[in-house]
Amino acid sequence: MAAAITTPKLKVATTSLAGCFGCHMSFLDIDERILQLVELVEFDRSPLTDIKHCGANGLCDLGIIEGGVCNAENVHVLREFRKNCKILVAMGACAVNGGLPAQRNHIDLRDILEEVYHTSPGLAQGSQIPNDPELPLPLNKVHPIHEVVKIDYFLPGCPPSGDAIWKFLTDLIAGRTPTLSHELMHYD
Amino acid sequence: MTYELETAIHPEKLRRVAIDPVSRVEGHGKVTILLDDKNQVHQVRLHIVEFRGFERFIQGRPYWEVPVMVQRLCGICPVSHHLAASKALDVMLGIKHLTPTAEKNRKLMHYGQMLQSHALHFFHLSSPDLLFGFDSEVAKRNIVGVAAAHPDIAKKGVLLRKYGQEVIRHTAGKRIHGTGAIPGGVNKSLSSAERATLLKDAYQMVSWAHDAVQIIKQLYTATPELYDVFGTFRSNYMSIVAPDGGLDFYHGALRARDADGKVIFDQIDYQGYNDLIEEEVRPWSYMKFPFLKQLGRENGWYKVGPLARVQNCDHIPTPLAEAERKEFVAYGKGQPIHATLAYHWARMIEMLFSAEMIKELLHDDDIEGSDLMTTGTRQPGVEAEGVGVIEAPRGTLFHHYRVGEDDLVTMANLIVSTTNNNQAMNTAVREVAKKYLNGKEITEGLLNHIEVAIRAYDPCLSCATHALGQMPLEIAIVDAEGTVIDEATRDHRGLTRPQ
Repeated sequence: MAAAITTPKLKVATTSLAGCFGCHMSFLDIDERILQLVELVEFDRSPLTDIKHCGANGLCDLGIIEGGVCNAENVHVLREFRKNCKILVAMGACAVNGGLPAQRNHIDLRDILEEVYHTSPGLAQGSQIPNDPELPLPLNKVHPIHEVVKIDYFLPGCPPSGDAIWKFLTDLIAGRTPTLSHELMHYD
Repeated sequence: MTYELETAIHPEKLRRVAIDPVSRVEGHGKVTILLDDKNQVHQVRLHIVEFRGFERFIQGRPYWEVPVMVQRLCGICPVSHHLAASKALDVMLGIKHLTPTAEKNRKLMHYGQMLQSHALHFFHLSSPDLLFGFDSEVAKRNIVGVAAAHPDIAKKGVLLRKYGQEVIRHTAGKRIHGTGAIPGGVNKSLSSAERATLLKDAYQMVSWAHDAVQIIKQLYTATPELYDVFGTFRSNYMSIVAPDGGLDFYHGALRARDADGKVIFDQIDYQGYNDLIEEEVRPWSYMKFPFLKQLGRENGWYKVGPLARVQNCDHIPTPLAEAERKEFVAYGKGQPIHATLAYHWARMIEMLFSAEMIKELLHDDDIEGSDLMTTGTRQPGVEAEGVGVIEAPRGTLFHHYRVGEDDLVTMANLIVSTTNNNQAMNTAVREVAKKYLNGKEITEGLLNHIEVAIRAYDPCLSCATHALGQMPLEIAIVDAEGTVIDEATRDHRGLTRPQ
């Protein structure tokens, strides 16, 4: 069966930065079409595989990013994706404009950390803001990903529906410029 | 406070190995392991690198926004946050009972959520380890590999999840981040057409969920020498139970048991959760460590989620799941089962229970009713308060709000399910490291053993991490003109900020 396939599979990497994973869930909302999709694409780094770094096995054709940028690690992952993906897509409200996590932008970061880890009720004695070097440093503000690297496509929605993601992917795989009809384009 | 393998005495002399990110879990976490030159393990930590501050930034928002805001904490179980918030705000508004239609539609939404989340976890995320082996080939160890080797299992998994998502869509308006529940009730009930559509497949889902229990039971009982001992440790466990002690994911009161199964407390109204639970912060994780106050930090931590719930309840109120529960409990021969991998078995029993509950609720005519809202008398005083608790897919979830006279939120406290399992997950990975990694050359397959233990808890760690090796000390975001728009630096004391 495999011998009949002549075009190589598109290599796709995905990740979630400061998001809620809802966009990845919406990706899975393509339901049984996922079984069709895996005939056309091969997954590189993704929360669904155990490949930990994108680009380790050669350049990816497509990188899909969920979530905005809220800490130093997000910046590193995003830059790794940009470097190793030919096309980079901002998937969902948080990647496109920061989304709900960016609601913290009008509050001083230190104040939030103080409240959550030091002064809020129900904390055991001696609780302090976590500061281990293993923890990535939070940024002062949550940023949309286009402020950090160049983005080729923006897919709005919180999350974009499974149908919208399917249309986008099938357009791209077929070599068409992705377009979404009015009913697939929404922002909630 | 000391826990075995949590903190090495001389970390500077040890070699660091990181699993970063932990994959095939929902959200991101990182494991660090410190080893000496003989590969003896001295320290193992599961770090949660997420910090988002929801509790702070929803302050000042009108309370009716809260159920749709807080579900954005998690796209895998948004319904749990949506409903826990709605339940807390029902209390705040002085509402004692919802209309039968509202209550049943909320329950239907929740059981749809339990079904889809458990299916996703078992089939899409964990089944590759269980079907192929913990150290099988990386390229195959994912849902695509399962689809190729076991197309029937993969297809049922995809369709079970789809059905749960459709139940959510019909009750909440949208598969992810819907709006169905509002303080005081729901904004829609099921139409006759929607009910008929869902009923059409309900029996098939019960049957497939039943098959799923048989798959995991078979895997488990075929290799007890692995499943019984892998990451096994004793601990307390907690969940809500119905007034009659039955399993209920939507509502109940708190019950906790010790490692021998003896009841610590029972039928405690969760409005007073603050008297029962305290949270500790450790410097190396953004996720807190809760414990039962009466037992103290060292002895008071507990497990939540499927393994806790299935053994904490006295019965399951649906026939097929109850028969499976009895068989599961019998396997323990009178003792609670503490095996980490038994989470999978318990989770599939819960998925079956959810499928049966969906079928039952769809047969109830109240589900199509038109009486959607209740009003109450708001608590007197400047601030009104409410606590909402629900059994989310991953365990007991607490939402607590205070609202001012102007209807704006003044305080929020959330203890999410995975937080309740923080110490348990850390203990599980240390047990696995001790038994499987100690003294061996560290391979990818051995490291996956650590991840298998974490996956069993189905943690939801939403947020991000990455980078093998050196952690960055400084990062700057620069715009196209070369102007620095944000940066993070760390000095020897921890966090510092440039002016």
